[in-house]
Amino acid sequence: MNKKSSATAETQGEAAAAKPAYAGAPVNAALPAEEKIRLYRLMVRIRRFEERSLRAYQAKKIGGFLHLYIGQEAVAVGCCSLMGKDDHVITAYRDHGHAIAVGMEMNPLMAELYGKSTGCSKGKGGSMHFFDPARNFWGGHGVVGGQVPLGTGLAYGLKYKGIKGACMTFMGDGAVNQGAVHEAYNLAALWDLPVVFVIENNGYSMGTSQARSTAGDLARRAEGYGMAWGVCDGHDLYEVRAFMDGFLDLARAKSKPSVVEVRTYRYRGHSVADPDNTYRAKAEIEEYRRTKDPILVFQNLLLTEKVLDEAQVEKIDAEARAEADVSAEFAEASPFPGASEIQKDVYWEADNPSERKSGGRLFFN
Amino acid sequence: MPVIQYREAIRQALAEELSRDPNVVVLGEEVAQFHGAYKVTEGLLEKFGPKRIVDTPISEAGFIGMGIGASMLGVRPVIELMFWSFYSVCFDQILNNAANIRYMSGGQICCPIVIRGPANGGTNVGATHSHTPENVLANHPGVKVVVPATPYDAKGLLKSAIRDNDPVMFLENTILYGDKGEVPAEDYLVPLGKADVKREGTDLTIVSYGRALIQALAAAHLLQQEHNISAEVVDLRSIRPLDIDTVLASVRRTHRALVVEEQKPFCGVGAQLAFMIQSEAFDELDAPIARLSTVDAPSIYSPPAEIEQLPNPQRILRAAIELIG
Repeated sequence: MNKKSSATAETQGEAAAAKPAYAGAPVNAALPAEEKIRLYRLMVRIRRFEERSLRAYQAKKIGGFLHLYIGQEAVAVGCCSLMGKDDHVITAYRDHGHAIAVGMEMNPLMAELYGKSTGCSKGKGGSMHFFDPARNFWGGHGVVGGQVPLGTGLAYGLKYKGIKGACMTFMGDGAVNQGAVHEAYNLAALWDLPVVFVIENNGYSMGTSQARSTAGDLARRAEGYGMAWGVCDGHDLYEVRAFMDGFLDLARAKSKPSVVEVRTYRYRGHSVADPDNTYRAKAEIEEYRRTKDPILVFQNLLLTEKVLDEAQVEKIDAEARAEADVSAEFAEASPFPGASEIQKDVYWEADNPSERKSGGRLFFN
Repeated sequence: MPVIQYREAIRQALAEELSRDPNVVVLGEEVAQFHGAYKVTEGLLEKFGPKRIVDTPISEAGFIGMGIGASMLGVRPVIELMFWSFYSVCFDQILNNAANIRYMSGGQICCPIVIRGPANGGTNVGATHSHTPENVLANHPGVKVVVPATPYDAKGLLKSAIRDNDPVMFLENTILYGDKGEVPAEDYLVPLGKADVKREGTDLTIVSYGRALIQALAAAHLLQQEHNISAEVVDLRSIRPLDIDTVLASVRRTHRALVVEEQKPFCGVGAQLAFMIQSEAFDELDAPIARLSTVDAPSIYSPPAEIEQLPNPQRILRAAIELIG
């Protein structure tokens, strides 16, 4: 294969070590070839989108923080590929991958990063706060662990309304020590809420390794609440899907919560501002890139299955790069929100003046 | 018209809204089997069942965050905080999540929740249970803040709050729960953001809300009886949205303003009011705006001392006489 132009030119072929067993799991065996290609394409699109956003960030087109998901793509794509129409997703601030995985387009996402009014949140949320409720995607939340009670509430809402769905509530490994997470665990278990708590364990809460931050096993804490739990590797999309399928069914069919840990790895720093040279060795990053890159793992599986050929790999990659470039051009050409936009989208009533019932002033300047 | 307690007025509002809208659900510590720590929700479990009236564990960040998440799907949780003082353990959920989610999603998401419970001093429970966070809450664009003083207002405002599509913080008062007043048995609404002149007068305007308003009315009575001073008393009823126009109209009649609040003075609601009055009615004022707040210290336990720390009729009376000169 032409490694230079493949989607993961930076990696080598050793990643083919992925276990083929998961391809045969019912949930994967049932996938038509075009769906496999769609999932592969999603991962490539996430990566190319983020690489393009990184260049824009370095060119000072993007403000604030930029937490990249590169290396973790199989987790969001694998999990979100299992969503039915009544399943929901909420995550923390490393949210670009989930946004694309649920079907959001690159243009509004890149425009949001650029702070433009064509952004998915009209330039009011930024990198950490992508939302698309029409696709059952509820953010994009900035405070570690703060979204976990909300995800539990989405599950509560499903159950209250008698809807057979599940809410996948993502968090990082750094979130598991937050009190709000444990409060949410307790409520979910106490009331049998259809939520799957997904810990994306990339090994580091910012610059603090799991060994230095967390006692015991991450997902095993579910035992204390009487919840089902499990651990899987998150480098092989097939493995993620095979693993998650059962926990989602448990939520949908039996309204039982669970805690799952998906072991993954991020190649970039916690955020782009992270010097990333004080807490882990470069060799460690290189080892993951070489042997466990989720895009290369899946690419090799699909090549072996003859679902993809090298020409398609190249084409998908070129298309994803082009799409990311177009999104940057779209963002660049879009207007910034004007000062008159600042006080919109604060109150429903203020945005719907003909239906306003209250009197008085809502704003104070 | 029936005369009922403040707590009963709130209960009526809850019951009527629970009957009207199947998406309304009442959650909180001890709200169901125990009938409410202050008996506000007494009888609701029996009438509406455990799906609608839900006892929660002591886990404010958990169940308030959960309510916010459920509201995004169209459930309308009315969540009781046993004391508003406990807002500090769920601050992130209320003031990062509920307050900001509409904004950060570019207006795609609504958060129609009500968080209600008592927020007051005066019951000798010490500093941890005596917070009055209406200023802290109102400092966050995205939330609305309501502080009813009378049974009539409590029922009508709570019903409006439950129907509101924005998150509403509803601050009650344990000392007022037993107060009685005329409350229509039927459905009525008091809109948020409409102040109410609770007593008309000519010599000065006292602006207040919550229990301090009740104390101000007592002081106004004494001012008339003992000093022949006619005080107009304006009840804000809601802090955000704020009906400053009713306040300004009163000040334009009396030309003197005394703000009375059960708030520590620094950055309290009264500071905002004083700023707005001087800014918008400066030429109408015959004297500097006066302000009577809680004495600036953590809430003291000692019962007689706490009476002196809070606004009370005598403190308000003295402040009014000083203002009249």
